[in-house]
Amino acid sequence: MVASASLLGLDPISIGSLMWAPLLIILMKVVVVFGVGLVATMLMVWFERKAIAGMNNRIGPNKAGPWGLLQTLADGTKLFFKEDLLPERADRFVFRLAPFLAFVPAFLVWSIIPLGGDFSNGKDGLVTWFGHTTRVQLADPPVGILLLLALSSIAVYGIMLAGWSSGSKYPLLGSVRASAQMVSYEAALGLSVATVILLAGTLSTSGIVGHQGNFVNWHVISTGVIPFVIFMIAATAEMNRPPFDLVEAEQELVGGFNTEYSGIRFGLFFLAEFMNTITMSGIIVTLFFGGPQGLFDIPGIPGAWEGTLWLIAKIVVFLYIYVWMRATLPRFRYDQLMNLGWKILIPASLGWFMLMAVLRLARDEDWNRGVVIAACIVVLLLCVGILSLANRVSKANREREGAMF
Amino acid sequence: MELFVFVVAAAMILAGAIGVVVRSHPVHAALSLILTLFGVAVMFVAQEAHFLAAVQVIVYAGAIVVLFLFVIMLLGVDRTEDIKTEPFKVQRPLAVIVGLGVIGLVTAAVVASRDVVSSRGSGLVTPDMADPDSNIRQLSRSVFGDYVVAFEVTSVLLVVAVVGTVLLTRRVKPVVEKAS
Repeated sequence: MVASASLLGLDPISIGSLMWAPLLIILMKVVVVFGVGLVATMLMVWFERKAIAGMNNRIGPNKAGPWGLLQTLADGTKLFFKEDLLPERADRFVFRLAPFLAFVPAFLVWSIIPLGGDFSNGKDGLVTWFGHTTRVQLADPPVGILLLLALSSIAVYGIMLAGWSSGSKYPLLGSVRASAQMVSYEAALGLSVATVILLAGTLSTSGIVGHQGNFVNWHVISTGVIPFVIFMIAATAEMNRPPFDLVEAEQELVGGFNTEYSGIRFGLFFLAEFMNTITMSGIIVTLFFGGPQGLFDIPGIPGAWEGTLWLIAKIVVFLYIYVWMRATLPRFRYDQLMNLGWKILIPASLGWFMLMAVLRLARDEDWNRGVVIAACIVVLLLCVGILSLANRVSKANREREGAMF
Repeated sequence: MELFVFVVAAAMILAGAIGVVVRSHPVHAALSLILTLFGVAVMFVAQEAHFLAAVQVIVYAGAIVVLFLFVIMLLGVDRTEDIKTEPFKVQRPLAVIVGLGVIGLVTAAVVASRDVVSSRGSGLVTPDMADPDSNIRQLSRSVFGDYVVAFEVTSVLLVVAVVGTVLLTRRVKPVVEKAS
C-alpha cells in the first residue's frame, strides 16, 4: 500500500493502509474546499464590481440582498437557465470541452495552497482531527509548486481551444493572442518560482511556508523583492487580467475568446477567471508572504485557525490590489506586452535567479563576501550592457528595413 | 492498484497515439497527442518519478503542443487534410517496414531478456516517502554532475537550432538606396 500512498501525495494521513476515517476526512476536505472555493468566487465577483464601482464613482450592484451581495447568485442562476447556443461552424466536441479545461485547473490549484495550520516557531503545520494527523491542505504532492505551473499550462488549452473551436474570426484572434501571451509569461513565472524554491530548498508548498518562519524570513524580503514583482506581473498576465486582458479586449475583439459562448458554458469561463484571481493571490501569499504564518499572535484563537485568519487577510489584500490595478491601468499594446515579457521580465528573472544561486553558493562555501558581490555586480552590468546593445542593434535594423506589416 | 493505474495509463497512451495517426484534422490529432503525453506522465508518477511527471506536463503538454496548436491556428491549416494522396511514393511502404521493424526489435528484446522481465521484483525501493525532494536531488546530481558535458552539449545544440531557425526565416532585404 506504500506505493499507492505515494500516488496520493505526501499528506501523513494517506501513509499506511487507507481506513474509513482518513478517507472520510479527505472527502470532507474536498467538499469543504469545493464549497469555500465557489462561495469565495461568488463574493470575489461582488467585491470586484463593488470596489470598481466605488473607484468609478458609481454605486454598483445594490438590489439583490444586503449591499447587493447576492447579485452573483442571481446572475449565475440566470446563466443556468439561458439557452445554450452552439454555433453552426463550431467544432462540437472541442467547443463543449473547452470550458472545463479552463475551469478544472482553476479549481485544482486550491489543493496545493496551505489553508491553515500552525507553522509558528518551526512547527510543521500538522493538525490532528479525530485522532488522525493531517494538513490543512487538500493535497501535498511531492511536486508541490510545480503542480501550479502544470495546471496553468493546461489552462492555456481552455482559452485556446475555446477560441479556435468557435469557428469565428474574433475568438480565434483572441485565442492566438492568449496562447502567445501565456506561453511567454510562463517562463518568467517559472523562473521567479525557481528563486523561491532555491531558498526554501523544497518544492512542497507546506515546506515553503514552513521555511518562512518570521517576518524577516518571508521570501518577499529574503529573495529581494524582485522575484515577487516579476511573479505578480507574470501571474496577472497568466490570468489575462487587466492590464494584460488583450485576450478579451472588448473594443477590438467583441468579447475575445468567449464571444460565441452563452449560458452556463460562458458561466464556467467567468467562474474560472475569478477563481484564478483568488488562487493566484493564495499562491503569491504562500510563496512570498508566509502563507498562514502570522505577524503576531491573535489572542483567544487556537493556532491552526489563526493561520487560516492570517491567510484570508493576506489574500484579501492581494485581491484588492488586483481590483485596483484593473480600475487604474490601461491595457497594453501587443508589442509592448511582448517586449515586457521577453526583453525585461525573462532576462531580469533569469539574472536574479543566477545572482541568488551565486550568493547561496558563496555562503555555503564561505567565500569572501566582498569579492563575490563585486564580481556579481560587474557580471550583471556586463549582461545588461550586452542585452541593451542587442536590443538597440535589432531596433536599428528594424527601422532600416522598414515596417514588417 | 499499480496494475489498475498501468492499464488505465496504457489505454490513454494507446488511444492518444492511435488518434494522432487516424484523426484527419490537425487540431484533433494534436489533442490526441496531449492525451498520450498525459498517459506518460501518469506512468512516471506510478514509477515514483514525480518530478519527471511534472516536467512532462509543463514542457510537453504545456509548451510544445501549445506551440503546435499555435502554428496550426496562425497558419490557418486547420482544415481536414486529405490523406488519400501521397506526396512521396516511397513514404508509405517505408513506414510499414520501419514500423514492423521496431515491433520486431522490441519483441526480440523482450524475448531475449524474458528471464529478467518475468521475474517479480520486490517493488521499487525509493526513499521518496521520507524525503519528497530526494527525487530532484538524484536527478540534479546526475544531470549537473555525472552527465554535465552531455547536458551542456544538448543546450548548445538547442541554441544552434534556434539561431539556425531565425537565420533561415530571415529574408535578406536589399538595402534600398534613398532616392534623393
